[in-house]
Amino acid sequence: MTDDTPPTADAVTCTGLTYAFGGSKAVDGLDLTVASGEVFGLLGPNGAGKTTAIRCVTTLLPVPAGMVRVFGHDVAANRMAVRRLLGYVPQQLSADGNLTGRENVALFARVFDVPRKERAPRVAEALEAVGLAEAADRMAGTYSGGMIRRLELAQALVSSPRLLILDEPTIGLDPIARTGVWEQIMAVRAASGMTVLVTTHYMDEADQYCDRVALMHKGQVRALGTPGQLTDELRDRRGDGSSPTLEDVFRDVAGSGLDEGGEFRDVRRTRRTASRVG
Amino acid sequence: MCVVELQKLRHDRTELYTRAIQPALWLVIFGETFNRINVIPTGGIPYRDYLAPGIIAQSTMFIAIFYGIHIIWERDSGVLTKLLVTPTPRAALVAGKAFAAGVKAIVQAMVVLVIAALLGVTLSWNPLRLLGMIVVVVLGSAFFACLSVTIAGIARTRDRLMGIGQAITMPLFFASNALYPTASMPDWLRVISAINPLSYEVDALRGLLLGTPANLPLDFAVLVVAAALGITAASALLGRLAR
Ligand SMILES: Nc1ncnc2c1ncn2[C@@H]1O[C@H](COP(=O)(O)OP(=O)(O)OP(=O)(O)O)[C@@H](O)[C@H]1O
Ligand SMILES: [Mg+2]
Repeated sequence: MTDDTPPTADAVTCTGLTYAFGGSKAVDGLDLTVASGEVFGLLGPNGAGKTTAIRCVTTLLPVPAGMVRVFGHDVAANRMAVRRLLGYVPQQLSADGNLTGRENVALFARVFDVPRKERAPRVAEALEAVGLAEAADRMAGTYSGGMIRRLELAQALVSSPRLLILDEPTIGLDPIARTGVWEQIMAVRAASGMTVLVTTHYMDEADQYCDRVALMHKGQVRALGTPGQLTDELRDRRGDGSSPTLEDVFRDVAGSGLDEGGEFRDVRRTRRTASRVG
Repeated sequence: MCVVELQKLRHDRTELYTRAIQPALWLVIFGETFNRINVIPTGGIPYRDYLAPGIIAQSTMFIAIFYGIHIIWERDSGVLTKLLVTPTPRAALVAGKAFAAGVKAIVQAMVVLVIAALLGVTLSWNPLRLLGMIVVVVLGSAFFACLSVTIAGIARTRDRLMGIGQAITMPLFFASNALYPTASMPDWLRVISAINPLSYEVDALRGLLLGTPANLPLDFAVLVVAAALGITAASALLGRLAR
């Protein structure tokens, strides 16, 4: 797992990833492997540490050597190589409302060193791919939430990343807009074979679009597998003939607790609250 | 980065107009009053004229010193976060932003120049000297913008940065030769003025626009070094903002 063999390497490997804000560990010994080419869903309740883990992978938070690799490159040692491979859409809406849609995307073409001559067509192509060609020359400040999310997707895609990292790409979107965003992600992935690492609070999305998911709680992975494996496993464990959904798996992990002999835990079902803040 | 700022300026120009008000007030009220009282030894030129380059430097500094707020806003809105995850080096991002602040400063300087001319200040309109003025203003603003980003990297919140910015702008302004010659200052103030890049900016602007004796090579050297140091410090601290 530690030898440097980029061509065959997994997209992301976290080995005992730990990150603390002050005294509290937001990510606490996270072990995770995202295979090249898959759509990997990182699930878990608010405050589980998903965003923090992602910010470690994206080089935004400093981590010690050996904890995180992206396509074989150690994030601590080789930031630049990692950044070149990434497309990132953070949890909060992050398009610049004082620029037009096209200018927003063109900025990312520039900072990713897309050759000058290719920029205009690549920008147009990215805007086309997310269905914003019509609105491209309007100020992004006038876009709806769904349009901004798609614009951010275009910004992330214009550099043709090998790994696309999306932190709650469908937060605050209506069902149609959600489907729209996912269809665009899946279409680009089908065409390019890029890897997608995504977090979401919508279990139906994870079930439908993710090849594998990890359920995080308190900074650790508590369940890992394909959505089918996780629901099957819970069904077998319950053995009461019910057929649990991924949401039941989520409640099982986040609400009661798979860890034995740990701290005293509240076993009431936690109610999911949609958070719009990072 | 520069391109982006120009695009924004094109989309919204109100900023330009509102920012012309303060320097106009300085020139009209302060300039005219002291022109009459005539107590400041300006080396033979009317105080109004003496003040104009000082106000160009001061008003462009005021814009630049709050540039960090813009960076914090970009951080809070996720724009900066995304830029930090691109292969563009921090120094290039900061340099781009610093010179974008410089571009705003050029526009501001032009506005003050026009106001000054309307008030009857005799300025040099020699294109080479104006070009020199642009270079000086851009370098000065780049330094103060980087200073602001550096403080933003330490303070990390908008309110704290506002506080620090407000606390240092006036001292920077008064502890410089913008309003009065350093010769009339007490020694301790003269020392501060001598390490204050604003003094060199004002000195250069006076030399260029009024033809007063100025040490232009020294002024340019100080401003270039200050801008380079500023970019280095700001890019070292930029990453902290995203944590
Ligand atoms: N900048 C920060 N400073 C201090 N604590 C932080 C910071 N960011 C996150 N935390 C803490 O770290 C923990 C994990 O937060 P994180 O944002 O990673 O959770 P999350 O899984 O993304 O949650 P959500 O689903 O709400 O987005 C939380 O307890 C949070 O309060
Ligand atoms: Mg989060």
